[in-house]
Amino acid sequence: MNLTPDPWIWIAAFLTLMIFSFLYKDNPFYKFAEHLFVGVANGYYIALYWHNTLRPNLYDPLSAGNFIYFVPLLLGLMYFTRFIPRIGWLVRIPIGFMIGWGAGISIPAYFQADLLKQLQGTIVTPNSFLNPLEGIWAVIILIGVVCTLIYFYFSKEHTGILKPTARLGIIFIMIGFGASFGYTVMARVSLLIGRIQFLLGPWLGLIE
Amino acid sequence: MKRTIPLAICLIMGVVMMIQFFIPHPISLEFNSTILNWIIVLFAFALVLAIGNLIRHHSIKIRKRKHDWPYSIVTLTSMAAMAIIGLFWGIEADSLFQRIYLNIFAPLSATMFALLAYYMASAAYRAFRARSLEATLLLAAAFIVMVGFMPFGQYISPRLPAFAEWIMRYPNMAAQRGIIIGVAFGAIATALKIILGIERSWLGGKE
Repeated sequence: MNLTPDPWIWIAAFLTLMIFSFLYKDNPFYKFAEHLFVGVANGYYIALYWHNTLRPNLYDPLSAGNFIYFVPLLLGLMYFTRFIPRIGWLVRIPIGFMIGWGAGISIPAYFQADLLKQLQGTIVTPNSFLNPLEGIWAVIILIGVVCTLIYFYFSKEHTGILKPTARLGIIFIMIGFGASFGYTVMARVSLLIGRIQFLLGPWLGLIE
Repeated sequence: MKRTIPLAICLIMGVVMMIQFFIPHPISLEFNSTILNWIIVLFAFALVLAIGNLIRHHSIKIRKRKHDWPYSIVTLTSMAAMAIIGLFWGIEADSLFQRIYLNIFAPLSATMFALLAYYMASAAYRAFRARSLEATLLLAAAFIVMVGFMPFGQYISPRLPAFAEWIMRYPNMAAQRGIIIGVAFGAIATALKIILGIERSWLGGKE
């Protein structure tokens, strides 16, 4: 064993073990690490937002005499009117501004990225069969997409032709959910392996 | 007035941003960039509000000596320390702020998510039962993808990794695409309802 003398690695290792202690049961070490995480995360974002957002996008332009930036400052300050009951309704103005912006920007974005592009990728053309096997897979994707959409179509009762197609849709959905679950578990397991590698490598020096 | 002005602002912003998307003129692009800067600032103010609420919550907990109140001191102290270090000593690559990020924040965050591996596996063990065709397919797809992407998957069968890849690329892709298209329709409909003032729950309150 070749223990590291670096105090930062010791801190990281102890915090890792404190979080893992929750696998036994809830305990003061876990609670300490959990509350430390919340505090450090918030402190991190305070500093980050100041340096990367508020200073370049508000403080610097205002200091340079760009007074149009009083508008976002005023809108931002309106958030705090929710603590003053008499003028509390003013908080709706920045919220309305942001929600309107988000809704307006999302309509063409969803159309372009999630509707047209996905439909473009689903459509089967003669070119899809340049490689016959790829052509068969393209047809499977087309059938899967159509059947999945039919399963989520609730405006008409699933009888007649809709019944078997919706049934096929749920089969595709279940395979998709299972695959996504497996993939997510694998991502978490790789994080777990990363933490164990950290404990055995940089901290204990047992592995390279 | 208390509802009409916010609704009008929402309508104007929504319509203007939609139109702006289809006008690739420099003035339109400049306008979009300016509004985006404002929105980023508004996000930061919303964060200030959220942090204010967090401080209030933990301060009350400490003042009233509620259950586990000493841990609230840990949260408030670490938050203040991290913020002060970042605000006054900078956030450059070799700064103390980045050292804390790399040696406290990053390990805590990664371990928290790694902990989920155990809980996801444990929940799956309790919930996954091959009671019907659908449940069996879900179970089988999850198992094949998990084992197929592990290094020892190829020792079980050399074709297993390729089969896991096939599941991800075709049946999974078909289902995800169907869901994405459905979500897009729903999101567009909701966005239109918000812009046109049909959906007003975001206003909150009665007045």
